[in-house]
Amino acid sequence: MRRIYLDHSATTPVHPRVAVVAMNYMMNDYGNSSSVHAPGRKAAEAMDEARARVAEFVGAEPREIIFTSGATEADNLAILGVAHAAGDRGNHIITTAVEHHAVLHTCDALEKEGFRITRLPVDAEGRVDPSAVEDAIDDDTILVSVMLANNEVGTLQPVAEIAEIARARGVTVHTDAVQVAGQLPVDLAELGVDLASFSGHKMYAPKGVGFLYVRRGTRLKAQMFGGHHERWLRAGTENVPGIVALGEACVLAQEEIDYVTAHLTSLRDRLIAGLEERIPDVFVNGHRTERLPGNVNVCIPGVEGEAMLLHLDMKGIAASSGSACTSGSLEASHVLLAMGIKHEIAHGSLRLTLGRDNTAAEIDYVLETLPPIVENLRAMSAWKPGDEMPFED
Amino acid sequence: MYTDKVMEHFTSPKNVGELENADGEGRVGNPVCGDMMAMQIKVEDGVITDVKFRTFGCGAAIATSSIVTEMAKGMTLEEAEAITNEDVAEALGGLPTNKMHCSNLAADALHNAIEDYRRKAAGEDGEQ
Ligand SMILES: Cc1ncc(COP(=O)(O)O)c(C=O)c1O
Ligand code: FES
Repeated sequence: MRRIYLDHSATTPVHPRVAVVAMNYMMNDYGNSSSVHAPGRKAAEAMDEARARVAEFVGAEPREIIFTSGATEADNLAILGVAHAAGDRGNHIITTAVEHHAVLHTCDALEKEGFRITRLPVDAEGRVDPSAVEDAIDDDTILVSVMLANNEVGTLQPVAEIAEIARARGVTVHTDAVQVAGQLPVDLAELGVDLASFSGHKMYAPKGVGFLYVRRGTRLKAQMFGGHHERWLRAGTENVPGIVALGEACVLAQEEIDYVTAHLTSLRDRLIAGLEERIPDVFVNGHRTERLPGNVNVCIPGVEGEAMLLHLDMKGIAASSGSACTSGSLEASHVLLAMGIKHEIAHGSLRLTLGRDNTAAEIDYVLETLPPIVENLRAMSAWKPGDEMPFED
Repeated sequence: MYTDKVMEHFTSPKNVGELENADGEGRVGNPVCGDMMAMQIKVEDGVITDVKFRTFGCGAAIATSSIVTEMAKGMTLEEAEAITNEDVAEALGGLPTNKMHCSNLAADALHNAIEDYRRKAAGEDGEQ
């Protein structure tokens, strides 16, 4: 069967060029970079090279890159690290209602420790108002954490503006930049943030590797204790194959970025236009233009997401949904709810996230396949937009 | 995640739609995840002769409503009232634990339809 992968925001395939590099550092050059001998030195050199490549990719200095096990760890290190380094300089953290759980649940944990957390609302397009950040900052504020692009609806946040506001008030700024890497150019110097999280497996490198950018001079406390790795900020023998692969993925992303941005944007716009033309009452979630090139997220009222995903999967199409029924917790997407979308409408959310290997023909196949599925499920549905729900939202 | 039996009922659900002149109607919603189910029955001499459903919900919700209509058809009202959500799940070869509440919904919708039938029947008797 034809297989069309449209869930690149969940994870990407490892690019062959990247996989070959990783294989070499698993099978041939497998030394521990802390060892004195030749294999160890080889691993250390490869890591240095990878660090330089990663730094170049995001517009940073190599010493500002801390390799981690992924973006969850990078988010934890950034937020816990700043909070625990703050001492009596303050205990207030500002974030948004639409962050990834790696940020939100870390803030929840800090709240239990006694930190004060402000979770800023977003507008109907999922954007945070920079002036709300300005208003929320007080003398106790130590950190502002706002994601660069939302992983569900693709909305880009005005992080540069927010960073300027926060830094003028002496507040450290973190951004979760995971979804942007490989889709749009990243220049951290220009962005003006102090900390930024990235993940390998969203940019054609393997799972289990990522990094945190830490601007020189940022006060950060380690959260993992052990050896001297990563300038004492992240103990543990480095994932050399993963790190070297990540370096290669950054080079690849940089080489291709103009093409990939344009390619994804054209597929995205083709898909959105096609869905709007062929599915009655469909609407786009997130910002129309301030949006990741590879993100399509729509609500299809009267249809439930999991049912749609199962039918699409049977036709070889891999997608995702923010419906409560698809989440382990049986709660609808916190992002859609924060944007003011009603529970029963969030039920019909469908996310299709594009990658560098997708083609226009694949998009057209989706546009042929989805409408009959929707029609069929709608005909079977016990609820139509406008009907009362028999229980409270 | 789902058994073959669940997928079978999900892809080709039985008894979808609406009955003309239904004798009883049940409509339930699930506050857990926001699902909604409507079920209608036709009753003759205390036996369920026809059932139809409509569901706004996940794969498990569609499959459980489909199988419960198959189970109930031909049963006496008392037999149908005795169907539990475990019976529904079992008939489907099991459900993932976080989907058990969907089977509650199917059984509840059926029981509501029977209740509605009994209420209407009692009302008609009273008028005579
Ligand atoms: C925005 C965002 N932040 C963090 C993460 C977590 O990344 P990782 O899987 O590398 O821990 C993800 C991926 O799920 C993400 O999309
Ligand atoms: S209807 Fe929501 S989980 Fe089954």
